[in-house]
Amino acid sequence: MLKLDAESLYAELRQGVRALLADGTRPDAVLVGIWSGGAWLAERLQRDLSLPGTHGVISSTLHRDDFGARGLAAGTDATALPFAIEGRHIVLVDDVLYTGRTIRAVVNELFDFGRPASVTLAVLIDRGGRELPIAAAFAAARLAVPAGQRLRLARADDGGFSFAVTQAH
Amino acid sequence: MLMRRNPQLNAHGELIHLLSIEGLPKAVLTQILDTAGTFLSVNDRDVKKVPLLRGKSVFNLFFENSTRTRTTFEIAAKRLSADVINLDIAKSSTAKGESLLDTIANLSAMHADMFIVRHAESGAPYLIAQHVAPHVHVVNAGDGRHAHPTQGLLDMYTIRHYKKDFSNVSVAIVGDIVHSRVARSDIHALTTLGVPEIRAVGPKTLVPGDLAGMGVRVCHDMAEGIRGADVIIMLRLQNERMSGAMLPSAGEFFKSYGLTPEKLALAKADAIVMHPGPINRGVEIDSAVADGAHSVILPQVTFGIAVRMAVMSTIAGNQA
Repeated sequence: MLKLDAESLYAELRQGVRALLADGTRPDAVLVGIWSGGAWLAERLQRDLSLPGTHGVISSTLHRDDFGARGLAAGTDATALPFAIEGRHIVLVDDVLYTGRTIRAVVNELFDFGRPASVTLAVLIDRGGRELPIAAAFAAARLAVPAGQRLRLARADDGGFSFAVTQAH
Repeated sequence: MLMRRNPQLNAHGELIHLLSIEGLPKAVLTQILDTAGTFLSVNDRDVKKVPLLRGKSVFNLFFENSTRTRTTFEIAAKRLSADVINLDIAKSSTAKGESLLDTIANLSAMHADMFIVRHAESGAPYLIAQHVAPHVHVVNAGDGRHAHPTQGLLDMYTIRHYKKDFSNVSVAIVGDIVHSRVARSDIHALTTLGVPEIRAVGPKTLVPGDLAGMGVRVCHDMAEGIRGADVIIMLRLQNERMSGAMLPSAGEFFKSYGLTPEKLALAKADAIVMHPGPINRGVEIDSAVADGAHSVILPQVTFGIAVRMAVMSTIAGNQA
């Protein structure tokens, strides 16, 4: 089974996001983490990169395309954006990029709050398998994970990250 | 013996219709209240709409008059992006003699996905739920004296909003309890959510004796009934449901059971006053109380939209 060192991937992500924020194309950009794994990452990036203010959190739940089949998912109340979206450069952060459907839903959710100047995506792992024309500007790792496996970020009590790989049912 | 499943739940115990609060597990009620909290915050967005019911048709089927409930269901459905069709049934087919199930069959042929039903007959929404196709959902918006589950849930949302927790509150329900589907739904919800003290307050003719069996303390004396209460739910005196001489007069009722600032002073200092509306000023509630600092009657209406959004999105997402 696949072994992934989430902490060293996080160090890569931190470098990547630092570069995205510093390249001069996204003045005053803010971090928005996708609930739940991406929100943990954004929270730690906010601290480690000494960014001012609080990171945002966004949930895909209200815009998911599998609502008809799966119903309301957890995390409906997770969206918390402590800044105006209108005219902002947004850096979205997530743990795993897969089909792209979560990103599509989250971008729609974001637009319910205003019209951002730009939206950029940074992830820990791009596992391939895209079903929509969506790409990450930065991925700490790009690797192929078989469709039957589920990749999930976990956060320990001390804040340390690890990856859990499970067989999807 | 074969156990009959609660018709509101599917084989996985998920809510597919909302017909009554009676028999619903605490987890289902709590999940609806939590979801409602999310929808309340949709009001703060630039776009006050979410696409969960996009492409679905919600039929408001009110066989009995209602303004507040019908309107808040309509707003809730529209906030979820559903198409809403309002039928003034009292003036249409039923008046021409069409049976309830024929009406439902015809509306189903128009591709209804959800029926919001208010009916003077207790049990009408159950009958409809038994006859609709598996993908169609039914919400009881008040049936006879039986149940008004979304009002019960929005009352619970209101109590939780102001009192934070159900485990330590004392709730007094005052007035015409015998005719009140709201009281019945409230009592089932309060009991399920673990409220330690529920009092039913009113004259002997309007407070049924069998309530004690539901864990409710019956008080025929108003002062005793509201003393020390955290929450007072006033009920409307239902003139249109009153038959026979159950009361000497509305004036007499107000003297004994109408909520005035003097009587309210017996409750806790931070007590909240609720009312499902429409209020009869000077019959069950004094204007000074209805418009006063303890009154949360208008927030109840606002919470009602979020709670109805939560109910509709929850049942629409679950398969029969």
